[in-house]
Formats: sequence, C-alpha cells, structure tokens
Amino acid sequence: MLRLAPRLLRRSLARTFADVPATPTQDSSFVQAWQKINPNLDPPKTPLAFMTPRPPTPSSIPSKLTVNFVLPYQSELASKEVDMVIIPATTGHMGVLPGHVATIAELRPGILSVHEGSSVTKYFVSSGFAFIHANSFADIVAVEAVPVDRFDPTLVQKGLAEFQQKLAIASTDLEKAEAQIGVDVHSALNSALAG
Amino acid sequence: MAMASFRREGQRLSSMLYSHSINALKSGVSSQELAPVGARSISTQIVRNRMKSVKNIQKITKAMKMVAASKLRAIQTKAEKSRGLWQPFTALLGDYPSIDVKKNVIVTISSDKGLCGGINSTSVKMSKGFRKLNSGPDKEVKYVVLGEKAKAQLVRDSKKDIEISITELQKNPFNYTQVSVLADDILKNVEYDALRIVFNKFHSVVSFVPTVTTVLSPEVVERESETGGKLGDLDSYEIEGGETKAEVLQNLTEFQFACVLFNACMENACSEQGARMSAMDSSSRNAGEMLDRLTLTYNRTRQASITTELIEIISGASALTG
Repeated sequence: MLRLAPRLLRRSLARTFADVPATPTQDSSFVQAWQKINPNLDPPKTPLAFMTPRPPTPSSIPSKLTVNFVLPYQSELASKEVDMVIIPATTGHMGVLPGHVATIAELRPGILSVHEGSSVTKYFVSSGFAFIHANSFADIVAVEAVPVDRFDPTLVQKGLAEFQQKLAIASTDLEKAEAQIGVDVHSALNSALAG
Repeated sequence: MAMASFRREGQRLSSMLYSHSINALKSGVSSQELAPVGARSISTQIVRNRMKSVKNIQKITKAMKMVAASKLRAIQTKAEKSRGLWQPFTALLGDYPSIDVKKNVIVTISSDKGLCGGINSTSVKMSKGFRKLNSGPDKEVKYVVLGEKAKAQLVRDSKKDIEISITELQKNPFNYTQVSVLADDILKNVEYDALRIVFNKFHSVVSFVPTVTTVLSPEVVERESETGGKLGDLDSYEIEGGETKAEVLQNLTEFQFACVLFNACMENACSEQGARMSAMDSSSRNAGEMLDRLTLTYNRTRQASITTELIEIISGASALTG
C-alpha cells in the first residue's frame, strides 16, 4: 500500500526533467497562432497565467507533504504542510506520505484524515479525485466534505434504513442506482462514526 | 449605448434651445415647438420636462449601481473561494490551448441581462476568434452558449453552429449541483475532442480579463499521454480505482469540466456585476453633467423670457408717455 523510495529513485533517474516542469506563464505557440489569425485582438489569458508554478521534483524526499484540499465553495486546506493523509480511494484507504509515487486516485464516500504532528483532523468526503504528484504535493478535489463531528448518528442510521428500503422496492435502473448511492454513503458514514 | 443617445439628445436640445432663445429675443415666437400663437413668453416647459426625465434616469442608474454593488459583494466571496478548484487539474493535466484537434466545441459564457458594459461582446469576439483559429479542412467548430446576450450575437452569423443554448442561469443562486447537471447535459449531447470555455475572469471591480480554459476529451488525453506528446508526464502516474485507465480518465475529464465550468460561471457573474456597476456609474455621471447643462439652458431661457416681458412693458409704457 505504501510505495517506497527506491521506486521513486528509479523513476527519477529514468527522466532528466522534473515532474512538473517550470511552467511558462503563457503558451507561446498559442499566442503566436492567435496573433497570426486575429491580429487586432489580444489573445485571451489561459489558466497557466494565473497559477503559481509548482516546484520541481526534489532529489531527496522532503519531510512534509504539502496538501491542497479544495471544495467547490471553499479551499479547505491550501498548501498546508502535513505528515500524512489517509484518503478513501475506491480501492480502499490509502496512506500518503512524503515521497509517495505519483498517483491519480478516484475517491469514494469515506473518511479523509489529515495527520499533522499528533493532531488528526477527520473529514467525511462524498467523492472526488486525489492527485499525488512526485514533488510531494497532494491535491484533493472533493465535491463535499464535512468534519466528522458535525454528524448526528441517529439521523445517519435512519437515513441508512430509509435507503435500504428504497433499494428493496426500486424498480427502474435509475431508482436502483440512486438508492444504491444512498446506501453506500450512509453505510460509509455509519462505519465512520462508529469506528 | 444609452449614454451616447443621452449625449446626442442633450446636445441637440441645447443647440435647439439656444438658437430658439436668440430668435425669441429678436422676433418673438418662431417655431411651433414654443408657446402657441397668442402667448407672449418663451416656454420653459420643454426644458423642464427634459430635466425631470434626466433626473429620473440618474436616480435609476444610481439605484442599479447600488444593486450591482451588493450583488457583487455576495458573489465575489464565493468566486474567490472557488478559485482553488481548477488549479489541481491544471497542475496535473497542464493547459494546452494550442492543441490541434478535429472537433472543437466552444462554450461561451455570458450574461442574460444587458447594461453591463462590453463584457459580452468581448466574449463573443474571443469565441469568433477561436473559431477562425480552429477552422481547417476537416475540423469542425461548434458553439455551446450560456446566456442570452451571447446567443443573440452569435445567432446572427453562426446559427447552424450553435449546438445547445442555455439561458436563465442566474435565476437561483449558483451552486455546484446545478452546474454539474449542466455539464453532464453538455457532455452527453455534444461530441467533442476539446472543449474551450470562454469567459471573463474577475480581477477587480474595474478589470475583467477574457480567459479561455481548455478541457480535453479522455481519448485525446490518452493519445497525448501515450505518444509522449504534451501530456507525456501523465503516464508516470499510477491509477488507483476503477477497472481501466480509460474509465478513470473519463471520470476525471468529466469532473474537470464540471469544476472548471463552475469556476468560470462564478467569475463571469462577478465580472458582469462589476461591469454593470461601472457602466451605471458612468451613466449616472453623464446624466448629472447633462442635468447641469440643461439647468444652465433653463436659466437662460427663463431670464430671456423675463427680459422680453420687461422690454415689452417698458416699450409699451414709453409709447404711452412719450
């Protein structure tokens, strides 16, 4: 589950350039092509121009993992240095330490825990994606995330029972899918609150 | 547009009244716009009517500015918080607007209501520019239009290229669910190799930058990463979850489109409110200037009419005595 350093070294030796190259602020070929076709119009900006470039892969494993945890309506954690995060991937809970190999992980409803020193913050995440880059940057994009202590266990159990019932009486595929999603989320919540 | 017509009216009016006041001093009633035959004084009614309407317009535009300012405040915090949403995707997949693909779809985001300055025209100009950039022998370009104003402009010359047009986006305040349903709809109904989202990014209340974000389809991403082209680094990433890489890539691109569209809609809404604020501000200032000019004209006309009356009285009196 935890990928180790030798694999990373082998990969970094195979490539001479860094994982995330020093990004130019504008794609120059685009600007040139635009100016040829539309000489009187300024080319539009692209997201590259608005992003702070990421550092290249360091040669030694850094001590901390930099985490960006974003939601549509908030940036929960922005470039926070932590020791470890445990993310609920569809293949199971995955621990991410600094120096983790580059990964794209799809998330399922479950608990995301951020370990910083001795403190642990737990969020219940609905779903999303996690990108772990080779330079020990982790981007977690989730649709909804709530700290675990904001949930009411009795309501969760009621919801679970309700969705299980709906699943039993569901007739069309759409209803079945919706009920199944409800059951998944509620049972994950249940186990999260219990454990 | 409204401001230019105000100015024209004001100039025409002031020149007309000035010439009329000179004529009145010389020869009394000269045109049928002034007081009817038999009356002796120059009527200030017309100027007064104009002043009243200009003052009302000034009040309305000031109120619209206040409304836009309050709406901007509300939506600006949300937009700034959503800015972190597209950065992970650009960090992973990079941004290649110059990518050469067969099927381009341009998603133009605009507002439904007018009186917001030039932002909608800018978006449409950019979209048309992209169309020219991506036109070629076997390439096709389609539009997906969000918002009434861009639809009105694009329908004129590219009616057959508009695949989907969506209006009344801002009836309910923006939330991610609504935008993700929209994204799902678009992705289901449109075939694409590359989606380009054109919108106005909000920099500050007076500055809006036209921006384009490129979202590639999973097939193109796969192709580029395998051939070691622009997305060559993508191959070095392990894939967790899902059966195949293709499945995960598809989910990824759909998620990316929904997130990027959400951010783009919010930024465009902010830009719209900001542009409306500055448009209404300059129009209320123009109305104020016009009101000053009209007031001067009014006073001149009034004084001219008093002078005329006095002259008549005095000449009448001197005719009796002398």
